[in-house]
Amino acid sequence: MSKYHVSTTINGEPIEFLCEAQQTLLDVLRDELHLTGSKEGCSSGDCGACSVTVDGRLVCSCLMLAVEAAGHSIETIEGMAKGDALHPLQRKFLEHAALQCGFCTPGLLVAAKALLERNPDPTETEARYWLAGNLCRCTGYDKVIRAVLDAAAEMRGA
Amino acid sequence: MLSYKAPSTVEEAIGILAGTSGVAKILAGGTDLLVQLRSGRAKPDVIVDIKNIQGISGIREQDGGFVIGATTPGAEIGECKELVQAWPGLVEAANLIGSTQVQGRASLAGNLCNASPAADSVPAMIAARATCVVAGPKGRREVPVESIATGPGRTSLARGEFIVEFHLPKRPPRSADAYLRFIPRTEMDIAVVGAAVNLTLDAAGVCSDARVVLGAVAPTAVLVPEAAAALVGSKSDDKALAALDAAARRACKPIDDKRGTIEYRTKVAGVMARRAAAIAYQRAGDR
Repeated sequence: MSKYHVSTTINGEPIEFLCEAQQTLLDVLRDELHLTGSKEGCSSGDCGACSVTVDGRLVCSCLMLAVEAAGHSIETIEGMAKGDALHPLQRKFLEHAALQCGFCTPGLLVAAKALLERNPDPTETEARYWLAGNLCRCTGYDKVIRAVLDAAAEMRGA
Repeated sequence: MLSYKAPSTVEEAIGILAGTSGVAKILAGGTDLLVQLRSGRAKPDVIVDIKNIQGISGIREQDGGFVIGATTPGAEIGECKELVQAWPGLVEAANLIGSTQVQGRASLAGNLCNASPAADSVPAMIAARATCVVAGPKGRREVPVESIATGPGRTSLARGEFIVEFHLPKRPPRSADAYLRFIPRTEMDIAVVGAAVNLTLDAAGVCSDARVVLGAVAPTAVLVPEAAAALVGSKSDDKALAALDAAARRACKPIDDKRGTIEYRTKVAGVMARRAAAIAYQRAGDR
């Protein structure tokens, strides 16, 4: 089987990997690179558990082939905390108990970070629409939204 | 075994597509194709990723109108202030496709060539009189968007052909468009009915030109000239909107499925067309 050699950047580090044409970016992140923070929920782009950013743009890593990562910059949940220092969104998710089983949490955090990078002061409606592609079956979303808005306020210094 | 090609020129892409003995699939944003690969519905021998072709993504103004590259993601379409200003209906239609994550990849060319009857951007593009430039072994041709989809999952594109870009015409003064989609929830669903209206008003606020297009009520998006005719010459008053509603309902040939019955889709198509017309009229009048 011939494999494709891919050079990319993941969480700021140059990374090279081999993959097959049909492997998704999520497959390679989890199974080849052992970055298992991104979760496989639906494999059809409906649940958002596999959210990553590509050149700053939020995407589902299950809807992208791994070969498409060549030459691009990928950010995953593993790049969110700096050493032991959690990102404000991560701290606020803990403070607000915005997770129960935790399966959706990496995707929600990556998606919320992408939101706040574009819009540091989102309304509740804007946050809810932005995160509509991240399904959570535990929290009922309310605590998630409180955590995101609280993190936004802290990051603005408000 | 599946192979992947990422040509850097249109000519190279055509060469690969035309030279493949098996099934070739074009990859733009991949938000439909990857789901089809996974489910086994698509079984290509080669995937041709066109995103590395120079100039195939991005938005530029040209001759008073716009050129939108085939693979430009929805998110970028929504961020283009000039496009939002000129074509608010087209942008709202494109931005209704999927989640924020899907918007990061999904393209107009993919939405059109996937050829779902419920594709949100397609009625809005047809209402806008958008054309697309198709490149293929015989050269390039520019065709109206409505000539591409021929039925669910089927297009008029010949072997080796693919869409390179879309053209939106220059707008007369006091023109605006609107797109409405009915779904039983607020986000993340597929249209039960979609309705796009694009119109132009004269200085007195009388509609001088209109296009009305329905989605998800027939095998392809339906242009409804009788509904447009009901608007032209009116100030979008109740009588004109009632005639438009009736014409829209008459144009429906929907299916019964889990999203809606024939009767329901037909009724809602009239309502959506009427409301979209009222929004477009309001927007045009505000200019």
